[in-house]
Amino acid sequence: MIERNTLRQGTVPDRAPREITAPGTGGVGDSPPRPDGTLKVRGEFAYSSDLWADGMLWGATLRSPHPRARIVSIDVAAALAHPGVAAVLTHEDVPGRRHFGLDHTADQPVLAFGEVRHQGEPVALVAADHPETARRAMERIRVEYEVLEPLTDARRAAFDPSCPPVQPRGNLVRHQPVRVGDVDAAKEAAEVVVSGEYRVGVQDQAFLGPESGLAVPAEDGGVDLYVATQWVHNDLKQIAPCLGLPEERIRMTLSGVGGAFGGREDLSMQIHAAMLALRTGRPVKMVYNRQESFFGHVHRHPAEMRYEYGATRGGRLLYADVEILLDGGAYTSSTMNVVANAASLGVGPYVIPNIRIDAYGVYTNNPPCGAMRGFGAVQACFAYESMMDRLAEACGLDPITVRQINAVSQGSALATGQVVAAPLPMAEMLQRAADLPMPLPLDASDIRDLPGGVSQTTRGEGVRRGVGYAVGLKNICFSEGFDDYSTARVRLEVVGGRATALVHTAAAEVGQGLVTLQAQIARTELGVEQVVIHPADNGVGDAGSSSASRQSYMTGGAVMTACRAVRERVFALAAARFGRAYDDLSLSGGKVVSASEGALAAIEEVLGDAVVEEVREYHHAPTERMDPVTGRGNSHTQLALCVHRAVVDVDVELGLVKVVELAAVQDVGRILNRLSLEGQIHGGSAQGLGLALMEEIVITDGRVRNPSFTDYLIPTILDMPPMRLDILENADPRAPYGLRGAGEPPTLSSTPAVVAAVRAATGLPLTRVPLRPEHVTGIA
Amino acid sequence: MRVTFTVNGRQETADDVWEGESLLYVLRERVGLPGSKNACEQGECGSCTVYLDGVPVCACLVAAGQVEGRQVRTVEGLADGDRLHPVQEAFVECGAVQCGFCTPGLVVQAHDLVERVPQPSDAEIREALAGNLCRCTGYEKILDAVRLAAARKAAAP
Repeated sequence: MIERNTLRQGTVPDRAPREITAPGTGGVGDSPPRPDGTLKVRGEFAYSSDLWADGMLWGATLRSPHPRARIVSIDVAAALAHPGVAAVLTHEDVPGRRHFGLDHTADQPVLAFGEVRHQGEPVALVAADHPETARRAMERIRVEYEVLEPLTDARRAAFDPSCPPVQPRGNLVRHQPVRVGDVDAAKEAAEVVVSGEYRVGVQDQAFLGPESGLAVPAEDGGVDLYVATQWVHNDLKQIAPCLGLPEERIRMTLSGVGGAFGGREDLSMQIHAAMLALRTGRPVKMVYNRQESFFGHVHRHPAEMRYEYGATRGGRLLYADVEILLDGGAYTSSTMNVVANAASLGVGPYVIPNIRIDAYGVYTNNPPCGAMRGFGAVQACFAYESMMDRLAEACGLDPITVRQINAVSQGSALATGQVVAAPLPMAEMLQRAADLPMPLPLDASDIRDLPGGVSQTTRGEGVRRGVGYAVGLKNICFSEGFDDYSTARVRLEVVGGRATALVHTAAAEVGQGLVTLQAQIARTELGVEQVVIHPADNGVGDAGSSSASRQSYMTGGAVMTACRAVRERVFALAAARFGRAYDDLSLSGGKVVSASEGALAAIEEVLGDAVVEEVREYHHAPTERMDPVTGRGNSHTQLALCVHRAVVDVDVELGLVKVVELAAVQDVGRILNRLSLEGQIHGGSAQGLGLALMEEIVITDGRVRNPSFTDYLIPTILDMPPMRLDILENADPRAPYGLRGAGEPPTLSSTPAVVAAVRAATGLPLTRVPLRPEHVTGIA
Repeated sequence: MRVTFTVNGRQETADDVWEGESLLYVLRERVGLPGSKNACEQGECGSCTVYLDGVPVCACLVAAGQVEGRQVRTVEGLADGDRLHPVQEAFVECGAVQCGFCTPGLVVQAHDLVERVPQPSDAEIREALAGNLCRCTGYEKILDAVRLAAARKAAAP
């Protein structure tokens, strides 16, 4: 029998994650159905907000209304006395360490004490018999604040030493310079100089499944946590010290994750729910509503960027002089790495002999910013691609040619000095994007095709078409010397007469289709059809995060390696059975096959009663930290490109934009699952379109003005155009199956491509995203 | 209060319902049907779409008391036993499901469309699904799925 999850110590809740048998027969390169697909369309897939346990309580979080204030006192007596309330906790009740964080700085309080540093910072917790009871009890917690002036200007935080420090270590999280050649000398030589200042607003991951989970107290004094996260083991590493528990007494099980996009890399309710469960001795469920979710996770860093490029008259780049300022908000989160990406990829996929980049990440009293799809690279890409268009215009070149003249390729050096080891056919990809057929001209007879759709008030007199291109370069996997690895446990045995592979990792399926790919890899490597996917938990080694487009590479690599180890043992069983050694065996079509002698036996026959199990770690090639002074270093292990072409219709009088078509050319090394891959490119492009045209958390004086889907807009099916995809397969020989990470690159280039198209339609400079009607009409 | 209503053909009674509870809460937390999703609980995302007396509504915007004596059909009630509805089948087949949190609402809304409109145009599909947010797919595969489901339904005897 396939084993049940034996990790849990406490009561097993209803709808706890279970093993899933992967349907279909597809291996690597096929597109079999998702193992969780049928459950999801039936409404039977259990997300972290769907869990339920007997006697469970509801947890709720009281948050700071102020961006910055001193906590004078907290009085919980009235809340605790409220009928139906089981516990009210403050910072005094944190059993262990009072801080956690993704980074070694670990500067985020479990519950605020002394000072609150951003609006929405957790201050107190309630557990009650009904969510409404919890809400009413929260209203009875009396927190006396001494309101302080918040620091909300990132430029002041970076450069004005008289600013009050947001954190004890000051207001600078990281300054990463990059120095190549002699920029000052190159300025003398440049025949053409272009410059620009660009801004990127605060984007939200806006995953649909809210932060949620269930904590079940266990008999050993520990806790079983069912949560939606991107990285089980890193959660655990942060949770355990705060609870004052050894890691062994915390059982983490990944529950259904309703999207992530970086927003679940930081902890949200994990420690809070565990604290309430341990205090009350009862299971505690926490589910944020949408408004709370906007305060419950980090956002994409807003950026201010100043660029100056010099070139020859012919459009060859001579220098880049760049300043990138990223507002990290009140706590460190991923800002260190975001700054590194912005610096190392600050000029993107272009060969420039002289470079001066200064990338800064700062603390302010704005909401914390951290990981979101493409982090650091997204912001820089908007600026450097806007600059390439500006250069094209100054040199009288078209946008394709100016990019091709300066394009990186295999063997050329990036800004950090890192030489591109694998194929990177950017010039060809640009040409392919330019050569794709164009969509039909606007037919204004159907109002639904006009910008604004049925809310259009004209007959389209002011509508102009524009076309724009952009390229983005993204690092894949973790960079800068991080020991990046994943672990897989693979077991092969006969179950019910069929050879069955069990794949167990801690890798987070967040929607991207990793569970499908794990089964495909097991089928390809082990030659069996039946694959069972074990729930992701900490009963197996670390898989690293579902971020940085890394799971196909890393967990895919781990599953591949573990399967190959299992396969070797099956070959040994075959050798024992047939009384002789073979050196040409493979597993294929359910059989042990000798290249010279053909099929020897069914795998079931060779296995018999044997249970063959192997655990393997997979590491990618090591990387280096960027030099703190020059930025030099082989900081990335893999690089990926995506090219977008956007075609837009713009109503230049009303300030309305309709994206008519978005085309993408992406090199993925090797297509492992076309259906999933296309979904990643479509979805990543949609998020980039959202940043270009509508998505922004509006923050005034440290306060979020639009924490709802009424006021924070993400693209609907009416906003997304048809997409045309051209997927290339130039293999990376170092990566499993030659693959190249694919989830993030489309999010980089779609934003500047859409904006370039709107510029082409309007003739306006358009230097900040998202574009607003007042920008598109040129009145602001 | 007590609320008695029919859901997916079965009569359900929920006791001790607080007057402020939504139909969505009652479905998810009181009658064991968490398929309808709680993505925004403010009527913006469509992930909690259910049929109320045959009309698709956002369950988060319906007060529990309003469903007294009425008929509700949720995503859990669309399949015929083990046999998926063509819309559900097409969503799996076409890659229209990623994280899947929007899927229950989209499946109900698309179900309503293909039951009402035999061969919907792309513009009709987009209009029908305009109230359902999806953050993962960029909607391309969802369009594929609805086209396929409509075509299969039209071809069926």
